[in-house]
Amino acid sequence: MSDGHEVDRRGFLQCMAWTGTGLLWSVVGGVPRSRAFGPGRAEAQSGESFSFVQISDTHIGFKGAANPDALGTFEAAIARIKALDPKPAFLIHTGDITHAQKPGAFDTVSEALKGVGAERTFYVPGENDVFADGGTEYLNRFAVGGPGRGWQTFDYRGVHFVGLVNVLNFKAGKLGSLGPEQLEWLERNLAPLPSSTPVVVFAHVPLWAVYPEWGWVTDDGTQALGYLKRFGSVTVLNGHIHQIMQKVEGNVTFHTARSTSFPQPAPGVGPGPGPIKVPVEELRGVLGVREVRYAPGQSRLAVVDTSLA
Amino acid sequence: MEALVAAAALWLAWPAVAPAQTPAPTPAQVPAQMEGTQVEIRAHAFSAPTVTVKAGTTVTWINHDDDTHTVTSSVDTFRSPGLDTDETFSYTFTTPGTYEYYCTLHPLMTGKVIVTPERS
Repeated sequence: MSDGHEVDRRGFLQCMAWTGTGLLWSVVGGVPRSRAFGPGRAEAQSGESFSFVQISDTHIGFKGAANPDALGTFEAAIARIKALDPKPAFLIHTGDITHAQKPGAFDTVSEALKGVGAERTFYVPGENDVFADGGTEYLNRFAVGGPGRGWQTFDYRGVHFVGLVNVLNFKAGKLGSLGPEQLEWLERNLAPLPSSTPVVVFAHVPLWAVYPEWGWVTDDGTQALGYLKRFGSVTVLNGHIHQIMQKVEGNVTFHTARSTSFPQPAPGVGPGPGPIKVPVEELRGVLGVREVRYAPGQSRLAVVDTSLA
Repeated sequence: MEALVAAAALWLAWPAVAPAQTPAPTPAQVPAQMEGTQVEIRAHAFSAPTVTVKAGTTVTWINHDDDTHTVTSSVDTFRSPGLDTDETFSYTFTTPGTYEYYCTLHPLMTGKVIVTPERS
């Protein structure tokens, strides 16, 4: 048995649902189930499940042939999110917010995402957001007061979230990595949690080896995943490759997301990664956003991808 | 293959640095090391991974990708801004030596400029 203080202890969304209530936990099949008690029980119970949105690779400022109107498709994605019912509790943006740090792009995205009706948006950077200035602008906007250079953690209704940064250690000829400081932080962050805690990890570049020849992997991702193996339910959400891929390894489920800006080739298909042009009428069908639903008692979070078509 | 063809065309376009007695290479024979002043960026690769020039030469990189790339010295000797499609970056190498560079957005993209003394 645990209690609902986990939700409040880390200071996230304290006003959302648990004021004056508590939680009873039981574990079924290694997965925690909870029910609320105290005043407002019915209301709290109805809020046990929740959903959030993953949006990725908005690349605002991109004007290439693969999508001359990346702002327009981003706005279509915003419309999809606004139409969700029930509303997502929050959003996660898995990076490449901007295309090559084009002026004004951070503002465009953060202002638009404030208007979708969710409590807030959590960001991790992509390489396009940090390459020009080593991350200075990004970190000043999105990571002030955090534990390190943009990495972060929060708990929401019994689910533990970790945002990792794997685009700030780029070196010539090398793969992107998390780095020892962040890995040590991650190990410490996860250590006190019971293995029954559902964990969601999000980062820009895939933490698993999608296609190392194109840099579609995190060099020290395996070490991070080693810290996660003991948990009964781990969901890893990444962007970067602009297409949906899924892999299951033990209790860890990996998902990469679509972009809202342009598609990229399947791993290893063609001469290299990068934007690919599809017929205009097909473009919105390969772009999209993702809703992730959590229901206590289910060992895996439900991942629902919606195209912009 | 497209990149190789481009490299061959580039070779032919600079007769001053390609000795007259050197037969024009077929695409399959384009050497990894070549002389020239322009490097093309295509499909997340530098068309000539190693370029050898004499001191005082200006090397120009042109990006043919839809993606943004940079040309950034590994030791910060030079650093381009983000290059969008068809944008170029030039740097004049005045001191002999070996200059390694990469793309800070896609660090697996690497290249090298070897600068030889002006009178060698």
